[in-house]
Amino acid sequence: MNDPLILYASLITLFLPVAGFALVTFSLGRIKKVFIGEISLMAVSLLSSVYILIDKLFLHPGVTSVFEFSWISFATGTGNQPINVKLGISVDSVTAILMFAVMLISFLVHLFSVEYMHGDKRFNRYFGYLGLFTFSMLGIVLTHNLLMMYIFWELVGLSSYLLIGFWFEKDSAADAAKKAFLVNRIGDIGMFLGILILFITYGTFTFSEIFAGIGSGKLPFDSEGWLTAAGILVFLGAVGKSAQFPLHVWLPDAMEGPTPVSALIHAATMVAAGVYLVIRIFVMLTADAMVFIAVIGALTAFISATIALTQNDIKKVLAYSTISQLGYMVMSLGVGAYAFAFFHLITHAFFKAGLFLGSGSVIHAMHHEQDIRNMGGLRKKMPVTYFSFLAYTLAICGIPLTSGFLSKDGILAGTYSFGLLTGHWLIPILGFSVVLLTAFYMFRLLFKTFHGKPADLHKYEHAHESPFLMAMPLVVLAVLSVFFWYGLNPASPDSAWFVSKWIDVPAKVVPESSNFSFMNTTATGGESLYNAEYTEAQHHAHFPTMIMSLLFDIVAIGLALLFYIYFKLNSRKLAAALPAVYNFSLRKWYFDEFYNGVIVKGTLLFSSGLYAFDKYIIDGIVNFSAYLTKLISRVSSAFDIIFVDGLVNFTAYINGFAGKHLRRIQTGKVQTYLVLVLFALLTLIILFKP
Amino acid sequence: MESMSVGLTHFLVLSSLLFSLGIYGILTRKNAVLVLMGVELVLNSANINFIAFSRFGNFGYDGQLMALFVIVLAAAEAAIALAIVLNIYKSFHNVNVDEIDKLKE
Repeated sequence: MNDPLILYASLITLFLPVAGFALVTFSLGRIKKVFIGEISLMAVSLLSSVYILIDKLFLHPGVTSVFEFSWISFATGTGNQPINVKLGISVDSVTAILMFAVMLISFLVHLFSVEYMHGDKRFNRYFGYLGLFTFSMLGIVLTHNLLMMYIFWELVGLSSYLLIGFWFEKDSAADAAKKAFLVNRIGDIGMFLGILILFITYGTFTFSEIFAGIGSGKLPFDSEGWLTAAGILVFLGAVGKSAQFPLHVWLPDAMEGPTPVSALIHAATMVAAGVYLVIRIFVMLTADAMVFIAVIGALTAFISATIALTQNDIKKVLAYSTISQLGYMVMSLGVGAYAFAFFHLITHAFFKAGLFLGSGSVIHAMHHEQDIRNMGGLRKKMPVTYFSFLAYTLAICGIPLTSGFLSKDGILAGTYSFGLLTGHWLIPILGFSVVLLTAFYMFRLLFKTFHGKPADLHKYEHAHESPFLMAMPLVVLAVLSVFFWYGLNPASPDSAWFVSKWIDVPAKVVPESSNFSFMNTTATGGESLYNAEYTEAQHHAHFPTMIMSLLFDIVAIGLALLFYIYFKLNSRKLAAALPAVYNFSLRKWYFDEFYNGVIVKGTLLFSSGLYAFDKYIIDGIVNFSAYLTKLISRVSSAFDIIFVDGLVNFTAYINGFAGKHLRRIQTGKVQTYLVLVLFALLTLIILFKP
Repeated sequence: MESMSVGLTHFLVLSSLLFSLGIYGILTRKNAVLVLMGVELVLNSANINFIAFSRFGNFGYDGQLMALFVIVLAAAEAAIALAIVLNIYKSFHNVNVDEIDKLKE
């Protein structure tokens, strides 16, 4: 059932933000308060997305609305099958929820930015970029085919570039923007190749048609290995966009952008695009691809959590925690906990946007001080920020009664049962250790920022609670971090509405031989993704998971208390005792050094090699051929001058000479001519006489 | 002894002499009128040839006919040539062919 109202609402939601961008751009700085217009358009767009959300969750649950039109069609394409490139949108509950989350956070960030960016000389342009970004992100969410996905994917990359480098006068910001763009491009190449593999096999970009093709038993190059490869290649796009290991290095640097931008893009939405992409292609992932994805996600979660332990920049800690949480989502998809991955995507979007906006509020109050060593004691000065920040911190640590508890425990239970069923124990081990690390570094951040004694009294004196427009979004997001919105039972992730009602886990379409046995649909009559074995494993996993994660939380928070509140343990002494470990974490596992040393230097070396090749070989050949040409033309010129010109001049000389002498017989006297005539006549007669 | 009859050879010798005299006159005289007279001689030597071949050759009356043509032609030629000479005289105030070498220029 395709309700045209859904189409109109989707298009309104999609295009109003870009209309805002156009408005700001084409006002050319002549309208002073043009940002108000942009924000109004965003508000309308938000309302429109609320309509879609209500329709998809409550009025027509389980209905997918697809609107498409044929863009380009060829009668014959590869393998004589017709190619029909369709553009279109598809709206289901996943789309509706994510669209709403994007719009809500985007809108809150707009409000927050009005105060935060106050007085910036490119104030209006900033809002234009936000509009462009929101448009691109909504495009990714709405599209029903890989082609448009790729287009909007790149648009997101572009707007991210513009926003990270918004303060491009700072070299570090400009560099960070470049880095983000280039690192993303590496992932995008993989995604592009994956799309090409799928396109030449199925002759279409549309998700549903590709999946139908796989379901009918047709495989790329008739090989399950290629299907795995296609899945992993498309996933590489997500690795770049969602900052997964080993392409995660751009995200911490992206913190050079304005803090609300970090909240919108690098916490809640843009990085979610990668996870969303994996959600969309989930049904075509083979078992091998899923294990690969799960391992990448687990490694990402673990590595970035260890780095976050020692960072001193408030935004850097949050950045690494974002990477870690994104690793959770990706890992969750890899182990087949599909609904929980999306659930965590949404809950994380809210509390992480909140954390970033909260840190923005702190930074704003501290006059752009970002180092937590210079903060402390701020909870008395900024109660609203403090309490909302506390709520987000509890949520990200997965303390009961928060949204994070529900989604995170679901994921951990998924990894645990995955370990039970497949023996891939590395994934749950990493997953659980991240719980410990997360709780510790988040409480370290909270304690160092808001508790204890102020480290910088001067700045502390001037700190103040943020104005209404900044505080309000914090409260809204804090309220959204409570379990109530997601399920009535705060202790049971399985009964959260995301899992039990809103998200239908689609059946896998990959051949049974390359799927996990417990995910084969035949065992369950095609009704659900999981058969009894998996459900049972999850039931088994549920209780130990909850106990373990709670235990880890308590231990970690206790440690953080001992370190940073009661000072029973001295973190500096610990760092001094284990300098190697400390530095390894502080220097971010030396990723940047490694990339600089190996990739960048390698590239430079390679290009200087190519340069030398160019200079000596190619230029040599070119110069030699030029020299040869010059030589040949010298010879040719000499030949021309001496021989050809000589011939011409000689002819002319002969003619001149003959003329000079023959002119003498031209006396002008009739009788002379007559003599000549007679002479000639006589000669002829003598010559031709018979 | 056979009586010497006038034969073709005599005519041809006569016409050759006449021709040579004409050519000589044309080439040596300085006065344009005398040159014209030489031309007349040449024409008439040709006429003698025509008539002679008409008489002794086996060509019917073609030679005589041609001779008549030449006579008419010579008359016309003389008229035109004299007119030219008169004009030359008007331009150059003499009729000395040696001195008229404007063609050279």
